[in-house]
Amino acid sequence: MTKRIHVSTELNGDAVDFLCDPRETLLDCLRDHLGAMGAKEGCGTGDCGACSVTLDGRLVCSCLVLGVEAEGKQIGTVEGMADGESLHPLQRKFIEHAALQCGICTPGILVAAKNLLERNPDPSETEVRYWLAGNLCRCTGYDKIVRAVMDAATEMREAS
Amino acid sequence: MALDGPKTAYKYIGTTPDRPDGLDKVTGRARYGADINVPGMLHGAVVRSPHAHARILKIDATKALAMEGVKAVVTRADFPDGLDGEDWNLQENCMAGEKALYDGHAVAAVAATSPLIARDAAKAIVVDYEPLPHVTDVDAAMAEGAPVIRDGAADFSVPEGMHPNVVRYFESGRGELEKGFAEADLVIEKSFTTEAAHQGYIEPQACLGQMGADGRGEMWVTTQGHWFVRRMSAAILGTEATGLRVTPSEIGGGFGGKTTVFIEPLSLALSRKAGGKPVKMVMTRGEVLRATGPTASASMDVKMGITKDGRITAASGTFRMQGGAFPGAPVDVTTMLAFGNYDIEHVHQVGYDVLANRPKQAAYRAPGAPMAAFATESVLDELCRKLGLDPIDTRLKNAAREGTRATFGPKYGPIGLVETLEAAKAHANYHAPLGPNQGRGVASGYWMNHGGETSASVAISEDGTVTVSIGTPDIGGSRASMALMAAEAFGVAYENVRVNISDTGALGVNEPTHGSRATFASGLATIRAAEDCITKLCKRAADKWGIDAEAVTWEDGCAKPSGPNAGEFPPMPIAEIAAEMGETGGPISGHFEDTPAGFSGSFGTHVVDVEVDPETGRTTILRYLVVQDAGKAIHPAYVEGQFQGGAVQGIGWTLNEEYIYGQDGRLQNAGFLDYRVPVASDLPMIDTVIVEVPNPGHPYGVRGVGETGITPPLPAIANAVREATGKRITDLPLRPSRVLAAIRDKGD
Repeated sequence: MTKRIHVSTELNGDAVDFLCDPRETLLDCLRDHLGAMGAKEGCGTGDCGACSVTLDGRLVCSCLVLGVEAEGKQIGTVEGMADGESLHPLQRKFIEHAALQCGICTPGILVAAKNLLERNPDPSETEVRYWLAGNLCRCTGYDKIVRAVMDAATEMREAS
Repeated sequence: MALDGPKTAYKYIGTTPDRPDGLDKVTGRARYGADINVPGMLHGAVVRSPHAHARILKIDATKALAMEGVKAVVTRADFPDGLDGEDWNLQENCMAGEKALYDGHAVAAVAATSPLIARDAAKAIVVDYEPLPHVTDVDAAMAEGAPVIRDGAADFSVPEGMHPNVVRYFESGRGELEKGFAEADLVIEKSFTTEAAHQGYIEPQACLGQMGADGRGEMWVTTQGHWFVRRMSAAILGTEATGLRVTPSEIGGGFGGKTTVFIEPLSLALSRKAGGKPVKMVMTRGEVLRATGPTASASMDVKMGITKDGRITAASGTFRMQGGAFPGAPVDVTTMLAFGNYDIEHVHQVGYDVLANRPKQAAYRAPGAPMAAFATESVLDELCRKLGLDPIDTRLKNAAREGTRATFGPKYGPIGLVETLEAAKAHANYHAPLGPNQGRGVASGYWMNHGGETSASVAISEDGTVTVSIGTPDIGGSRASMALMAAEAFGVAYENVRVNISDTGALGVNEPTHGSRATFASGLATIRAAEDCITKLCKRAADKWGIDAEAVTWEDGCAKPSGPNAGEFPPMPIAEIAAEMGETGGPISGHFEDTPAGFSGSFGTHVVDVEVDPETGRTTILRYLVVQDAGKAIHPAYVEGQFQGGAVQGIGWTLNEEYIYGQDGRLQNAGFLDYRVPVASDLPMIDTVIVEVPNPGHPYGVRGVGETGITPPLPAIANAVREATGKRITDLPLRPSRVLAAIRDKGD
């Protein structure tokens, strides 16, 4: 059995640590060692975006990052989006616009969209579509997802 | 919107409240198939054939079993013999017997204390194969000399002299074809092919199964139908269905692909062999693409005749479909629906179900219908173009209506094809100007829908709120639909209804969320169970008032005397009756069980504008309009979502998606990089119009809407590309290389 490695990191603002096999991905570690099941594995090859998280503010597919690479980094997942009882505007708009059907891609898309709006608070429809092109959704045809992101962006701009 | 349907005024139906499970699904809290870990559980992995067709000579698990942490290995020898029919097919597909029948076919499975050990152990299992000749193309599989995949698999329907790979034969029709074609001013006959497409749900198959030596166990699984999982798993393992309790997780998409079993019986067999420890199994994307059901691929010949003024005089079609190494390609449905949009006097359909060395096909949204529509709606479009006829007017002229005898036999009840065509014609998209290299395509499509075994319960809580228990997993917002229907039936607030998806131990048998049936059948059951409950609520009020139960009516969440003669009593709200239930006769609930037969199909018409790049052959969707009959839209936003999602899956099937097999019979594109589903940047907004022609077989007029939307895109886009390029392409997908070759071809 491979010797496990101790990793200290930060998950949604909280200091956490875990032991992992050096072959395990960050996604495996989040799900199986930290109990954060919001990020999903849809492909394991970085093609679907269901495992999207941020690592030191950068949007990544957590299935393409090794768990040991999280040492000393800050991880952001869907579980960290809401502020207590208050949902992030994106989360609210996704529900309001019926922007999810099965919901399996939703955590990854929310993380990716939040990252977009932090960089570009006023994206065009085309910019939203290209930013989210790495996040597959098989249910919705993306129409309501794009609308929800645009609407959340508008609300966040008006609030700031 | 006012309706002529069974009920005309609604308080909740037709509104768009937040879905009850929305909060769980935007916060990452919702638990899907793989989102469960329990103490002491093992992890399973599957050994799969690298050959398209091979005899299995020997399986040696000695090395694997000697590895630290490996607890059990199962092969076909661990499953009972003597199954037949579809049970044998399922067992053989879940675990190969004498032969591996396709690339990716399961040959053995292993359980170990971690996923990594299980994966390593699977690699350590040595399988000796004797490769056999293989065939993956449907036409090649029917041809003389093709390798026989399973002798004796053909049923009684197959005419003598056919290749043994032809396992089912369908023929239907009416009238006199020759006479009909003689009446036509123009007859066109063309051949078409469509490749297999995968359902492409983003959540791979996943389950956690536990079974003891006594054959009793439990399972947590992502599925469209947990009673199906129970029945199929029990049959494959030779155990009693009731011994297995199956709980559905949230489901990350299915589209038909999660109406059957693959790894589920393996996890139970491994668990039993490992002393009853629970075994978690999760497929990789490669396994999903190689070994779970894509849809069938098709090869088709279609001939249609039309008069100068646009009347279809006759139509005939031959449809050859392979659904993998087992009977079951949905060619029966293909032949039924091929010309189902139209009122045609002389019509004839022939279908062949053919075995090939590919994975066992599974249902995919309107299974069998899109392929047929591609062929028939392309030929109709060609007829219209050659005669200068408007495609919508021509469809209106021939459209099936209430009372039309369908090409597959029965007379249609109230249906909405004409309404969808008229709404499409009136829509701005149909009149938008087109530029160079752009084209517009129109096509209509149909899905007949399904009833199925249905069981539901509603129960009143002590505070007067309502719990609804149904058996159809919520794939796309159906909890919201059920809550709306229950709120409407009871006259209570939407927020006061909670909808649970029950496990197999808590309700009678339910068919899956398939056949566009959830909102129709579970919805009908919810309404009927509510009515059963309301009868009991009225009785409680009547007893308290000391009047006959028949003298009490239910209105806006309250029991009321039905008229002045019944007595003078103030309305008794549901909360008041509920608060006293203990003293007035005990808990109050309502139930409904039936196989509802009042389902009715949904027609749709799509209008698409494309631009084709003449230098690369790439097709871009500029505008897309879906018009479809919902009967009555319970939650219109989720109805639109079904329309949009179906259309985009159809766009993917038409433009990008295909199963690519190499000369070696192995799947060449078993990943989302190469099996390319549409992404956000490929698409425009998908415009929708909901037509409502109520279904008299549902209390609120509901038609299922899930499946129809994938049927028109294939021909609609091909028709648009025809207009943009002047070329009729008869093979899907319309990948850039194929379109470019067509553009550069000097011929027609």
